[in-house]
Amino acid sequence: MRDAPVTEAAPEDEAAGPSVLRRSLYVLSSNPVSFVALGGFCLIVLAAIFGPWLAPYDPLLTDAAKALQPPTAAHPFGTDQLGRDVFSRVLVAARLDMMISVAAVTLSFFVGAAIGTLSGYYGGWVDRISGRLIDTIMAFPLFVLAMGIVAALGNTVENIIYATAIINVPFYARVARAEAAIRRDAGFVLAAKLSGNGGLRIVATQLFPNALPPMMVQASLNLGWAILNAAGLSFIGLGVRPPTPEWGIMVAEGANFIVSGEWWLALFPGAALMLTVFTFNLMGDALRDIVDPRKRT
Amino acid sequence: MSAKGLVHADNLTVEFTTRDGVVSAVKDVSFDIAAGETLGIVGESGSGKSVTSFALMRILDDNGRVANGALEYSGVDLVAADERRMREIRGREISMIFQNPRSALNPIRKVGRQIEDALRQHAVAAGAEARRRAVELLDAVRIRDPEARYHAYPHELSGGMCQRVVIALALACQPRVLIADEPTTGLDVTTQKAILDLVRDLVRDRGMSMALITHDLGLAAEYCDRIVVMRSGEVVEANETEALFAGPRYPYTRALIRATPRRGAVLRSLLPEGDPRRNAPASIPVADKSGAPLLSVRGLVKSFPAASKGFSFFGGGAETQETRAVDGVSFDIRHGESVGLVGESGCGKSTTSLMLMRLLDPTAGEILFDGEDIAAVPASAFPKHPLRAKLQMVFQDPTDSLNPRFTAGRCIADPILRLGDEKNRRAVQARVKQLADQVSFPKSLLDRFPHQLSGGQKARVGIARAIALGPSFLVLDEPTAALDVSVQAVVLNLLADLRAELGLSYLFVSHDLTVVRLLCDRVMVMRAGELIEQGAAEDVMNAPKDPYTAALLAASPEPPPISV
Repeated sequence: MRDAPVTEAAPEDEAAGPSVLRRSLYVLSSNPVSFVALGGFCLIVLAAIFGPWLAPYDPLLTDAAKALQPPTAAHPFGTDQLGRDVFSRVLVAARLDMMISVAAVTLSFFVGAAIGTLSGYYGGWVDRISGRLIDTIMAFPLFVLAMGIVAALGNTVENIIYATAIINVPFYARVARAEAAIRRDAGFVLAAKLSGNGGLRIVATQLFPNALPPMMVQASLNLGWAILNAAGLSFIGLGVRPPTPEWGIMVAEGANFIVSGEWWLALFPGAALMLTVFTFNLMGDALRDIVDPRKRT
Repeated sequence: MSAKGLVHADNLTVEFTTRDGVVSAVKDVSFDIAAGETLGIVGESGSGKSVTSFALMRILDDNGRVANGALEYSGVDLVAADERRMREIRGREISMIFQNPRSALNPIRKVGRQIEDALRQHAVAAGAEARRRAVELLDAVRIRDPEARYHAYPHELSGGMCQRVVIALALACQPRVLIADEPTTGLDVTTQKAILDLVRDLVRDRGMSMALITHDLGLAAEYCDRIVVMRSGEVVEANETEALFAGPRYPYTRALIRATPRRGAVLRSLLPEGDPRRNAPASIPVADKSGAPLLSVRGLVKSFPAASKGFSFFGGGAETQETRAVDGVSFDIRHGESVGLVGESGCGKSTTSLMLMRLLDPTAGEILFDGEDIAAVPASAFPKHPLRAKLQMVFQDPTDSLNPRFTAGRCIADPILRLGDEKNRRAVQARVKQLADQVSFPKSLLDRFPHQLSGGQKARVGIARAIALGPSFLVLDEPTAALDVSVQAVVLNLLADLRAELGLSYLFVSHDLTVVRLLCDRVMVMRAGELIEQGAAEDVMNAPKDPYTAALLAASPEPPPISV
């Protein structure tokens, strides 16, 4: 059957791959800060992957003779009270901090997505129970809750990850629930039922993929927050223990020396922490601009 | 027309800056609206008719601009006028009625107050005077009991009522030009007629000029003095309404006039000249008059509790009332028969079709499909039922009914993967291609995502998915409501051909009797949950027994006869 040629011309030809890149560049070009964020993100990832090889010194090697030296050419960030190179420690710590936050965010992403899409789709008692559960988590001061969890479960990296994941689940669950709820009666969901899809399959193949974009943005913003949370736990003595290099502990240890004038111990790990979180937040904004269809003019 | 009209557009070109470069949405468009005249701007989606009106009000998006040409309102240059001058002109001199009345009103402000706001904004009236004028205006748009409605919030009013309020708002400052941009989209035909009659009378009484922007040529013919036909940003033809229908000069206009359904038209005649299928014999209905019906519905009821759901946490309050969306409906559909179910929004036709499709559990009643009572199977268990493949549906909005994250091919393959016999990938792919051929969907587009397809292509994907499992019964839920008329003509023909080819039975659910008639042997008219009339399509159209059916028929716009 021929159509009237005028009416059925497809929208302009765009292959999926290049168009995403092109769209991203178009959106990013309107906001150069995004490029800075992207560059910072690449640097952090490189440090996390190659940190141990790039570090000029062994981060655990103590040298009492060189203790508490201010930044010099040999030790750009100075040395700490045991003579360890602060620069190497900051660099090597990137991997642990990134690992904790990525693992925690991934965990809460999937658990939250499952709870959220299921309660958004089924509604009724599933929704009510999961809703109250999430409200309960939210009712605690989240950092205190994380402290409690780590204190109860034990002082290990895994438990920091679990604690960080648990306190983040509500945010993902809420986003996923809203996204699923607005689509539960959409035509394509009804069509999927007509095609013989059961409830669980509809949630997994129809609703979850459509909830992805806002959840990805949430995840990127959350990464920075998860790092802060892990560092905070370490700072108060829960979680990662010395001598493992970790930004939170390094700030905690260095804080004692600020009074006596050795500012570099706390400043550099603190700056690394701050810049990382800042970069992730900028990334979240850029990602939102790319995902938001209204920006795709 | 040599003299400049009240509104004068000369070689208007509007450009938008997008990531693909500069796109001209409107190209060299010229028209005049004389004082007291109603001009129809008609075109299909993407023709630039709305952009033209936005340019007139200077409410284009930030990335759009008038690149060339002149736009004048009674001597004022609308392109060059500064923003303060424009604010005075908008509402005061030229005002606009928008497509969706609900989104045009502030949801948390009383409608009367919103009219007062407009009056105050232009310093037409203030204080008690403004209030009096607001009530007067509500009365003028024939809202019953305007004193009480003054205090209503938009969500308390029906769609038609909201549109009346929007009209009252538009007329509040007694503008000289009214722009109505698809003012009745989404409204029922009877409401549409009431609203447009009202607008016509008000415009006539006040000696205003109007631009009616619409995709419906029939509607434009009924209410406009002159018609401008637009296509992809350009004016194709402009003429007095009668002259346009008497002798359309351009093939596109002719095709558009033909594609507009009218009484007495047959399905094939909607197709443009030159379409090879135009002269093909009409598909012969294969309705089997004898034998047991395919689908037999007996006393179908669906009631919803009217009590608010919010307080059911503690076991729910006393169930005071229930609304009966479907109230004891009985009918039969024979093998190969196509039956229309017509009614206005809220009459229960969608609820009925969802129950037939077993997506919703009925409160009472039987649905016998090939003698088996499928109403007894709960909707949640039906996806695994052996009859699932036999009952399928084509949805109203082709965009909404395709998962935006699936390619066209994946959408069509979904039912086959779940319920089909072919399990290996090759066989499924082959079947998908075969289905694409059946619905004339280009195979090269199977890898595309829905947003990369046109409306007509998406509709085809939806149809291919519905016939993928070889069903014997299809519910068509306003399958062409979201499509342009020329695409509608093609899709309706496709559906008729598929029916003959595959021996399908249809239940065509729609609000539009003229469209239903084209595809159906029998028509049922539904109102407030009950079937009030059913009979052969021609009988119902030509000699409606129920006054409501007659009113429905009278309300649908009727384009002048073709003389081509």
